[in-house]
Amino acid sequence: MHGLYAIYRKEMGHYFVSPIAYIFIGLFLILSAFFFNVILSEVIKQSFQMEMQSMQFGQPASFDVPAAVLRSFFGLLSTLILFFTPILTMSVYAEERKRGTMELLMTSPVSELEIVLGKFLASLSLFAIMLLPTASYLIFMVLRSEPMLPWRMLLAGYAGVLLLGGSLLALGSFVSSLTENQLIAAVITFAASLFIWVLDIARSSDTGAGAVLQYLSVIRHYEDFTRGVIDTSSLIYYFSFIVLFIFLTVRSVDSMRWRRA
Amino acid sequence: MIEVQNLTKSYGAVKAVDDVSFTVNKGEILGFLGPNGAGKTTTMRILTGYMPATSGTVRVAGFDVFRDSMEVRRHIGYLPENPPVYPDMTVESYLDFVARIKNVPAERRAVRIDDAVRKTNLEDRRSQLIKRLSRGYKQRVGIAQALVHDPDVIILDEPTVGLDPKQIIEVRNLIKGLAGSHTIILSTHILPEVSMTCDRVVIINKGKIAAVDTPQNLTSQLKGGQKIRIEVEAPERRLREVLAQIPGASRVEVEPERAGERLAVTVEAAQGKDIRSEVAAKIVQNGWPLFELRGVSLSLEDIFLELTTDDATHAQLSS
Repeated sequence: MHGLYAIYRKEMGHYFVSPIAYIFIGLFLILSAFFFNVILSEVIKQSFQMEMQSMQFGQPASFDVPAAVLRSFFGLLSTLILFFTPILTMSVYAEERKRGTMELLMTSPVSELEIVLGKFLASLSLFAIMLLPTASYLIFMVLRSEPMLPWRMLLAGYAGVLLLGGSLLALGSFVSSLTENQLIAAVITFAASLFIWVLDIARSSDTGAGAVLQYLSVIRHYEDFTRGVIDTSSLIYYFSFIVLFIFLTVRSVDSMRWRRA
Repeated sequence: MIEVQNLTKSYGAVKAVDDVSFTVNKGEILGFLGPNGAGKTTTMRILTGYMPATSGTVRVAGFDVFRDSMEVRRHIGYLPENPPVYPDMTVESYLDFVARIKNVPAERRAVRIDDAVRKTNLEDRRSQLIKRLSRGYKQRVGIAQALVHDPDVIILDEPTVGLDPKQIIEVRNLIKGLAGSHTIILSTHILPEVSMTCDRVVIINKGKIAAVDTPQNLTSQLKGGQKIRIEVEAPERRLREVLAQIPGASRVEVEPERAGERLAVTVEAAQGKDIRSEVAAKIVQNGWPLFELRGVSLSLEDIFLELTTDDATHAQLSS
């Protein structure tokens, strides 16, 4: 798998010499920090209100502030991801094909799987790096919470984010391999992500078909993670999703050999 | 080293490569000559394992390009029409990347990169970003990446395009220096390049092979008979009569009139006959001023045009 590592290295190198990556990460962090602030103050306001209410009606106040913040914040992250991941993947294959380097890769002793995995893991790594600073404010909040929030909740949340992100990156990777136009790749990836997102709306219907669609919704499984629950069926869902789209990308890359120059 | 048998590549009804067969011997430099769209690049792409053939077989270093694609790729260095470079990488890091994907073991990488850089004269550009290099230097980087893993076979698609005359000579010398220890196929439009660097030539047109031979054989074979060019001041009709009388003379062609009475005439003789002295004698005998008499040899250019011009165009050109 020497090829995989070489390609991974190259992709990472490319991400970080381009100023776009920094602007991208910076924007993401500014938005997430801003919204974290908003969420925190909202939740605190809510908890005060509930305390007032309980004092009025003599009911014990029970409101888990940190958990609520966590859940809302991870919910927000998922929305940000929906917009940011298509941009991460849009140029992955388009650039190579334009430069003619795809021909170099495909006449070298590296398999298509190595190429696809190398690129996918690089985009996933960039994604993880982008997320890292957000952990700083959450960790701070957890440390300051009393009683302290179990770390499990934080870890489960991030596991969900990574799996959701990974799925959308795999999807975006596939779309990117189909077209030479970056903009089209980004738009289609976004539209497709949105589509599987809203499949969740089917939950309102009680029919059997509704249940199937719900399972397929990429966000449905995410919600469990935000509650600190790691459900095996959700894990299977995400892994299957990623494997499916990696497989499709490999096929698509192979098909480039047949496309007329 | 390379055996191509009945290679065909069709795109729907169109045959880009039509039943092509040829071999390349170990250590040889084979030239691939043909007009645009003849099928040169398509053939090379099949050889390098980039695209599959519709039918036929290709074997490189004993390996079938379809069945043992990975093995074939280990043995080939390939420079496509446009050098496959990453603009944001430095020359050094790019060659390191290529060395890695070509499976050069870690301990040999530095040596191989040095060697490739030295051979292509890229020493003083090693740490430069590729996007800052001129076309000529980018081309050299392209050649360097084809060499970096020291492959048995090197396939070059128009390697001297975009280079200045000095660089062209360097590249040609480089290619000649590589022969023997490497087997090389290069495609080109530049005809002198073929006669200067190649051991053998494959002329390909519209997907089919028009000729396979050494440059020398091709030029002498198609030379047919001798061709003489004379410049003489003489009345045309009388000149024709006189020349027709010379035994062995076949065609007489008079070029459209230029300076007054002076005619430029091409006389073709049957194979093996040298009629120059007789022509000179006849002209002098008639008292006509003779300005020029020389033998015209058929260049590779003529052969190329001859072989790649179809009959319809032929008729048009000679009318």
